[in-house]
Amino acid sequence: MKFERYEWIAISIMISLFIFVGFIQGWSVSLVILNMCIISAIMTMGVNISWGYAGVINFGVMGFLAMGGLAAVIVSYPPIREAWQVGGTGLGISLILLAMLVFAVMYINKVIVKKSSRYWINGVIIFLGIIIIRHFYLNATANIEDVNPALAGFLGGLGLPIIFSWFVGGLFAAGVAFVIGKVALGLRSDYLAIVTLGISEIVVSVLKHEEWLSRGVKNVIGLKRPVPYEIDLQNTDWFINLVTFLNSYKLNNVIDINDREDLLSNLIIDGSGIFVKLSYAILFLIVMLIIFYFANKAQLSPWGRMMRAIRDNETAANAMGKDVVKQHLIIFVIGAGIVGVAGAMLVTLDGLFTPSGYRPLRFTFIIWIMVIVGGSGNNLGAIFGGFVIWFAWIEAAPLTTFIINQLTQGLEPTNALKVHLLYSVPYFRYLFMGLILLLILRYRPKGIIPERVRHS
Amino acid sequence: MIDFLNSIIVLLNFIIIPGLSYGSQLALGALGVTFVYAILRFANFAHGEIMSFGAMITILITWFFQSQNINLGILPTALLALPIGIFATIVLCLISDKFVFQYYRYQKSVPVVLAMVSIGVMFVVNAIIRIIIGTETIKFSDGQKFIMKAKQFKVMTGLNEGLALKSSQAITIILTIVLLSFTFWFLQKTKTGKSMRAFSDNEDLALLSGINPDRVVLITWMIVGVLACVAGSLYGLDKSYKPIIYLNLVLPVFASAIVGGIGNPFGAVVGGYVIAFSEIMITYAYKKFFVYILPGPLEPSGLVQLLSTDYKFAVSFTILVIVLLIRPSGIFKGRVL
Repeated sequence: MKFERYEWIAISIMISLFIFVGFIQGWSVSLVILNMCIISAIMTMGVNISWGYAGVINFGVMGFLAMGGLAAVIVSYPPIREAWQVGGTGLGISLILLAMLVFAVMYINKVIVKKSSRYWINGVIIFLGIIIIRHFYLNATANIEDVNPALAGFLGGLGLPIIFSWFVGGLFAAGVAFVIGKVALGLRSDYLAIVTLGISEIVVSVLKHEEWLSRGVKNVIGLKRPVPYEIDLQNTDWFINLVTFLNSYKLNNVIDINDREDLLSNLIIDGSGIFVKLSYAILFLIVMLIIFYFANKAQLSPWGRMMRAIRDNETAANAMGKDVVKQHLIIFVIGAGIVGVAGAMLVTLDGLFTPSGYRPLRFTFIIWIMVIVGGSGNNLGAIFGGFVIWFAWIEAAPLTTFIINQLTQGLEPTNALKVHLLYSVPYFRYLFMGLILLLILRYRPKGIIPERVRHS
Repeated sequence: MIDFLNSIIVLLNFIIIPGLSYGSQLALGALGVTFVYAILRFANFAHGEIMSFGAMITILITWFFQSQNINLGILPTALLALPIGIFATIVLCLISDKFVFQYYRYQKSVPVVLAMVSIGVMFVVNAIIRIIIGTETIKFSDGQKFIMKAKQFKVMTGLNEGLALKSSQAITIILTIVLLSFTFWFLQKTKTGKSMRAFSDNEDLALLSGINPDRVVLITWMIVGVLACVAGSLYGLDKSYKPIIYLNLVLPVFASAIVGGIGNPFGAVVGGYVIAFSEIMITYAYKKFFVYILPGPLEPSGLVQLLSTDYKFAVSFTILVIVLLIRPSGIFKGRVL
């Protein structure tokens, strides 16, 4: 695709921000921010696809991210055979019973036409079914959680490379989104917002408390990386040679042999950190560009134009024979799937899965601010929003500290107001986020890079 | 007979009294959400933070009074500070309307945009609260903590089970009754209330009949401020004040408003109690109750708990989803004031 001039400006702003930080705060910091920016951009694209293309609101971002995170655990963690032995059968039985229950309810819905009696019979069957399932289920999970609780206490995973989980995470999130969409997509947009927000809370609370599945609040740590570890790098020959080659000028200037050795080892330690982050950045960038490419293709395709028609005039689109409900479901599932990919990548980057870390303020509303600020309906805008807002989120703290210090220059360092303000520096970022959102909504409601409407 | 009484006391102590007080707090919150929805026609995500703001001001004033040795004897000092908190909350609501919401109202923006705007307000108010008071848990109830302690009750009646009644719970219930009856009286009997109902029912018709929309909106924000501040302060008084909790509280509040039929004040109140009671009843372990009421051999071995208390929070949403599936307009048909 061809970019407009202001879009090139946006891209160059993004790049120069990282170069700037790289020179001011160091390349390591810059790369850490860059990695999170790329992941945020992928989340933003996911939301943008459902909201920007079709006007389907998705406040369940947090839940889909958590599903992606779960996928990372299930794919990469080595299996815990003992847990499978003690609890596998019980879980299997309860799963089969659950499937039977679902089929029974579906059958009843088909056979009994009268609404009131259908509700009652369904209610009774579900109640009895849950009591029976609980019996097997609770036994099995208690057994699983008793297996070596300090280190394991859950089923573990498949022990595959974690990079597969990015795809699986998308599938997990899409699956959950399918169920949510089936239930909730008929609702009006603001209801849908609240319902998806609520369901994402339910998803996270399940992950938090079902310890047999996700280890719950005990967290899963030590997930395998897709990139080399720093300590291994520091002992590989080619890496040492590379660092020596890149810094040959600096090294040649040092005359003393011992000093040179010290400098080299420092450079290797720094370099290994940067190398690891850079490899992550490259991997993430590849995923981001692939999604960006296909998202753009889709937007320009007949399907994308149909989505825009549905968004702009649902009734007319319906009258033209487009199945609005089905298309809404499809786009909701696709958007959620992309968010799920980002969720798996997030856990991959951290190397740990902490269900209690998923909070709506950080993982739903900030992502939405990114979409609105960047420009809904424009994928480049979504990426730009992801980059800029995450950047602001991170750099808000140093900036606020600077501003507060400037404003309170005349005050003593022990002045109560100054101490209090400096203590509450981390909370100013929320203020910035809110103000940015309000200003954008007021003065540039279509976002910084607005949607390009093509007439063809 | 004694067993039966004991079982009743168990239910009263662990379900009905906590349910009533939590339900009252939710009902007041949901009433505020419903007012905004009926008059201003958007889902106000900032409502939880407005509640939190009111509670914060109440706490600050309470601290001031405590430092001046002003108190209400056995009643918590917070009651004395509440009017000032209410005033501040109304000011906050009016400022946010003046500088933020008004513009979009005049533009006739779609509800989703206003909901997004309310998220912006939520962030800003949230930041202000955290900057002013931090994120620590604050207990600010003073005065006499219990009206009746479990032990007193046991001695008084000679039963095995105790019945405790916290003064904060009693205050919550009484204040809720007062506020609710005032609100409903206002809506049904006064001219302003009637004009608000007319505005909510059919905006164009109301404008044609000469109702001043700005005045209706002003009154609405004032009522919302009162309800939000009281709900927030009571919640803080009853449990404890923690800024993060109010963001989580906004979800059950919304659930109550929607379950009752959003835009319908009576529905919001009923919805609040429905959500509160179902949260407590579904996650309560009924073992004690059944031990009293059933003869020996039938006594249950397990906890007789439908869902573990971990899922307390999820219950309100499950109910919300079920209600929306079966009766999308809520228990009482929504969108009338």
